Amino acid sequence: MTSVDLTGFQTPGRGRGVLDVFNHGYLLRLLIRKGTATRYRNSVLGWTWSYVKPAAQFFIYYFVMGVVLQFHRDVENFAIYLFAGVVAINLFNEAFGNATHSIVDNRALVRKIYLPRELFPISTIIIALIHFLPQVAILLLACILVGWTPTFLSLGAFVIGLVIVLMMSLGLGLLFGALNVRYRDAQNFVEIIRMLSTWASPVLYTIAMVQATLPEWAFRIYMLNPLTTAVELFHYAFWAPTTTTPTDTLAPSIVGDVFLSLGICAVLIVIGQIVFRRFERSFAQDL
Amino acid sequence: MSDTLTQKRPSIIVEGVRKTFQIRHTHSMKEAFISRIKRKQVGSTPYNALDDVTFSVAEGESVAVLGFNGSGKSTLLKLVSGVLEPDAGRVLTRGRVAGLIEVGAGFHPELSGRENVYLNAAILGMNKAEIDERFDRIVEFSEIGEFIDQEVKHYSSGMFLRLAFSVAIHVELDVLLVDEILSVGDAPFRKKCTEKIHELAQAGKTMLIVSHNMAMVQELCERGVVIRKGKKVFDGPIAEAVEAMNAK
Ligand SMILES: Nc1ncnc2c1ncn2[C@@H]1O[C@H](COP(=O)(O)OP(=O)(O)OP(=O)(O)O)[C@@H](O)[C@H]1O
Ligand SMILES: [Mg+2]
Repeated sequence: MTSVDLTGFQTPGRGRGVLDVFNHGYLLRLLIRKGTATRYRNSVLGWTWSYVKPAAQFFIYYFVMGVVLQFHRDVENFAIYLFAGVVAINLFNEAFGNATHSIVDNRALVRKIYLPRELFPISTIIIALIHFLPQVAILLLACILVGWTPTFLSLGAFVIGLVIVLMMSLGLGLLFGALNVRYRDAQNFVEIIRMLSTWASPVLYTIAMVQATLPEWAFRIYMLNPLTTAVELFHYAFWAPTTTTPTDTLAPSIVGDVFLSLGICAVLIVIGQIVFRRFERSFAQDL
Repeated sequence: MSDTLTQKRPSIIVEGVRKTFQIRHTHSMKEAFISRIKRKQVGSTPYNALDDVTFSVAEGESVAVLGFNGSGKSTLLKLVSGVLEPDAGRVLTRGRVAGLIEVGAGFHPELSGRENVYLNAAILGMNKAEIDERFDRIVEFSEIGEFIDQEVKHYSSGMFLRLAFSVAIHVELDVLLVDEILSVGDAPFRKKCTEKIHELAQAGKTMLIVSHNMAMVQELCERGVVIRKGKKVFDGPIAEAVEAMNAK
């Protein structure tokens, strides 16, 4: 029996990780469509919720930070500054949260049929991206109203910022999504990260203020957060062109930060994938 | 010479496979952490659902897996389909493996029958062109008719199972794994399913079938593997396998 020729045999249940997305394109599309189609089923306002929720959040921040704490006097076009950051963080929170829950939510499938499990976090991240688009549309509208003209540089900043947010969501999503199968504590931990994300990046304040208060080494650590870079890129893309003195509110070394952030995100994806792989072996029996 | 060689080639190889489940009671990091520090398994007992199971299924052969409840049959099929991984030994398969392990697992109640057919066929590994080509046959086989565009949550449970089974059976495959699903639907549909499986066997597909229905198993398979408490106790002609299973 051991003498049989083993060419053409496969070990069942071994995928190629995130790379499997490329040869399961059609399934990925259907999973995304399922996610978007069923999300607002049986809701009267439907897709409007994708506008209402960020709008409510924006107004409360604007009221507290801008009006009560008088922030809008220090930062020109504070509303746009705020919204550009809020949108970036919203995307991260949604994508990361979805990805963390994705394996457990699809337990019926994971326990019974083998398919590359990375498809679940990836499809939910893309769904988050789709729900992010209406928010960008509103942001664009606001920018145009105050006289914004897009440049290649601002477009590039937006795309790179987007890539950083998505990569970070994927890396952390793979990690915590896999841990969550065995230890449901993971999702509570993720809740804390999501809660802190708004405050750990320059959404409600400016980076110049952080630099002025923190000692040099602490500021370095603060700048390691890829979300900070992403938020700054969004500011650069949407808010900076609408102001007269944008430079003193932007990060001092944005180009270096971009490369550092992309590097950190790539490392997160590798770590996430390795942990996911390890835990994936027992997904079906742990769920 | 080469002809007989290819005929003899197995499609499924199960070699010295052991599957151990930890019957765990810990579901928090704290408990896991403490048990790691104390170097003992808190409230978890290892249990061998399968122990040193070895057999192979030749291409085109239909083999039944028999055993009482909890003997490890479903676990075995999940190992072959790749849902579970063995803790020792190895499982190898050749060609496209499709499992009728739990039909309808990927069905979403809020989607229409049509959308569910596409989604599930894709989950089972088909691409758009293949599904388009088979769609009419799938619907016809299920006898769902005009209900195909209705949301699946309004289907009767029998209709649901028919559609799910119909999708699964039309998947492009070389190896079919069947777990206990031949009991779905009403009598005419059951008959139709059995016939369809017969047809696939005739077409030279490899099959591994789990069922408690001895009459059906004897009709579909020529060989039987009997598992008792995770151990293989018999492997041979189906009639003898049925006897071996019933003999205590
Ligand atoms: N995920 C799991 N975690 C722990 N134990 C499990 C798990 N899955 C199965 N088992 C155990 O493995 C044993 C074999 O289960 P299995 O489902 O393979 O039985 P079976 O032969 O298919 O039984 P049946 O005829 O009832 O379908 C059972 O004792 C079951 O409790
Ligand atoms: Mg079973």
